[in-house]
Amino acid sequence: MTEKTSPLRVGLFVTCLVDLMRPSVGFGALHLLARIGPSLDVLVPDQQTCCGQPAYNSGDLVSARTLAQNVIETFEGFDRVVVPSGSCAGMIVKHYPNLFAIEDPWRARADSLAQRTWELTSFLAEHLDLNDTGAAFAGTATYHDSCAGLRELGVKHQPRRLLATVEGLTLNELADSESCCGFGGLFSLKYPDVSGAIVDQKAQAVENTNSDLLVGGDLGCLMNVAGKLKRRGSKMRVFHIAEVLANLTDACGIGEDQDA
Amino acid sequence: MSNPIPPGHEPQCHDFQAGAKKALDNKVLQALLERTLKSGFQQRRLNAKARLPEYDQLRDQARDLKNHVLDNLDVYLERFEAQLTKAGGHVHWAKDAAHAREIILKICQDAGAKTVSKGKSMIGEEIALNDFLDANGVVPIETDLGEYIIQLRHELPSHIIAPAFHLSKEQVGETFKEHHTHLDQDRDLSEPSVLLGEARAELRDKFLRADVGITGANILIAETGTAMIVTNEGNGDLTQSLPPVHIALTSIEKVVPTLEDATLILRLLARTATGQEQTVYNTFFTGPKRQGDLDGPEAFHVVLLDNGRTDLLGSEFRDVLRCIRCGACINHCPVYAVTSGHAYGWVYPGPIGAVLSPHFVGLDEAHLLPSASTLCGRCEEVCPVHIPLPDLLRHWRTRGFAAKKGGKMQRLGLALWAQLARRPGLYHAVMALGVNGLKLMGGKRGAFKSLLGAGGWTKTRDLPTPQGGTFQARYRKGER
Repeated sequence: MTEKTSPLRVGLFVTCLVDLMRPSVGFGALHLLARIGPSLDVLVPDQQTCCGQPAYNSGDLVSARTLAQNVIETFEGFDRVVVPSGSCAGMIVKHYPNLFAIEDPWRARADSLAQRTWELTSFLAEHLDLNDTGAAFAGTATYHDSCAGLRELGVKHQPRRLLATVEGLTLNELADSESCCGFGGLFSLKYPDVSGAIVDQKAQAVENTNSDLLVGGDLGCLMNVAGKLKRRGSKMRVFHIAEVLANLTDACGIGEDQDA
Repeated sequence: MSNPIPPGHEPQCHDFQAGAKKALDNKVLQALLERTLKSGFQQRRLNAKARLPEYDQLRDQARDLKNHVLDNLDVYLERFEAQLTKAGGHVHWAKDAAHAREIILKICQDAGAKTVSKGKSMIGEEIALNDFLDANGVVPIETDLGEYIIQLRHELPSHIIAPAFHLSKEQVGETFKEHHTHLDQDRDLSEPSVLLGEARAELRDKFLRADVGITGANILIAETGTAMIVTNEGNGDLTQSLPPVHIALTSIEKVVPTLEDATLILRLLARTATGQEQTVYNTFFTGPKRQGDLDGPEAFHVVLLDNGRTDLLGSEFRDVLRCIRCGACINHCPVYAVTSGHAYGWVYPGPIGAVLSPHFVGLDEAHLLPSASTLCGRCEEVCPVHIPLPDLLRHWRTRGFAAKKGGKMQRLGLALWAQLARRPGLYHAVMALGVNGLKLMGGKRGAFKSLLGAGGWTKTRDLPTPQGGTFQARYRKGER
């Protein structure tokens, strides 16, 4: 007789950008987590809003703390918190603890959340050892390593391992895939010309791969590169990795017109 | 004492935005940057790193060494002074840029100097030494090729290890023709080696005539009282050994305890900076010429500049004092890669400059620099002494925010966003309205070509439209 273990309670933090701009990334993540079966109990708490990274990176620590406290409280009851963004996950894992002094009771709660939080592809590939996504795409793709996931959380091989499970998909590695796309959150609004010049180089490198798809793990970077590709007249389609793994590539890519 | 911008050293650009714009519009510069950074500096560093299996281990050691020195800075500096004094040299403590300039001028005047030859020194740039000497009747002559070029052009360095990095060889040729008027105007200067030869010929005589030689120092060695410098052109050796007086101008954080420690820094420095196993010339100076020595200066001075560094030591920016000035953070910065160095306005560009400049010139002048970064983290990744540059940039942003720098709109926007986002019910309702409005405007289009309020973004790229409905609203309606 097998012992009955209670399922792992997983909270999905969809992130504000996915919530507002591209809900299919959130649904894709839910679909992937559902494949694991009854060992996971997945919920999307409705108290979640923004992780506070824009405030943190602007030096507004008071606002950043307020928003962090909301996220910490919202996800307190969960065993694991999964985030379809290396940037927002990195904020929670690497920066939330620094927002609170050692003696502040919030510090322990921030530390606890940091330990329970996973970037989506790392959670699927490393924590759950997911080897079968059931996804298929007949074509080629290239992958952009977003900076925060790459350098703060070591997200590099996980998305590639997962993309290898997509039937028919061939991955063309992007030249200089670890260089920044120029998004940088509010940086892209504050220094639009500089940001625009950086993303132009990235878009050129992406086009040089002659792939059907550009895939990445952070919606902000993908909106930036997709917007540039479109302005350059490229036909390349752009998707978040959760969408590719959840077989949602029949829908419009990021920035793609509906009648296209 | 704070060090306002020295006279004659006003920034070439007070406004990072305007400086960046100028660089972005400069097609020659853009082509140069694209060609030289990735396949040049970045690739050469990678190659050198691959040839040295213990490279990363050395980085940890260097970080620990520098931290140890910073914890005991007074001890090692006093040891250095004692040892150098024993060897017949003189140590001068300069609390700020003005003080350092006065010390150097006095040494030059006491030596009756008319001309001084100079090896490359970023500290010389930091204290704006050339303009000051010139104004006081002492003619400085830069002997590093890059420094010589920018001296002719009256420019700041655009890179800490390659001062004329922003110039093509054609531009250098034009500058030489403009200034070396005694030479044939129709001579062919298309080959870099010819440019180098011409500079060498011009400089040789000046080396011989200089009354004082001024160099920087990459490392100070406490146990022996030695200052050492690395150059690829050998100009440091000539500057140091030909004139009767040698001044090594450097800053207090360059000291290490032993010769062995210096070799640790040297193993990292050249590999990280240029991908060389070693810089071509590694020159150690310990005091003036001794009895029986064949060459060397009659008098040897070391000027130790503080210029606010002891303030950094006690601040959240302490880690920046580990810097060995290799330039790797600059070489790997995506912003520098399109703006080059002059946009940063002062002598130190790139991530290291964005951390140092607000300290030297104040946040009023330099508050845009710490925010001119995507915080991609590549600078920290390549730093040979693990300086957490993104964190340090954030610390400046925090100080800037507290001092109400930056746009009012941004402050207001952030405050409003934070107020809204801490009220999830209201937040979701307001956001759903906004998203649905945008979706209506976008129609079947996947992206906006232009959008009121996002004009900066849409000037250079499209802005993807929202997919339709917020995730939260759709999820609450039961969509899966």
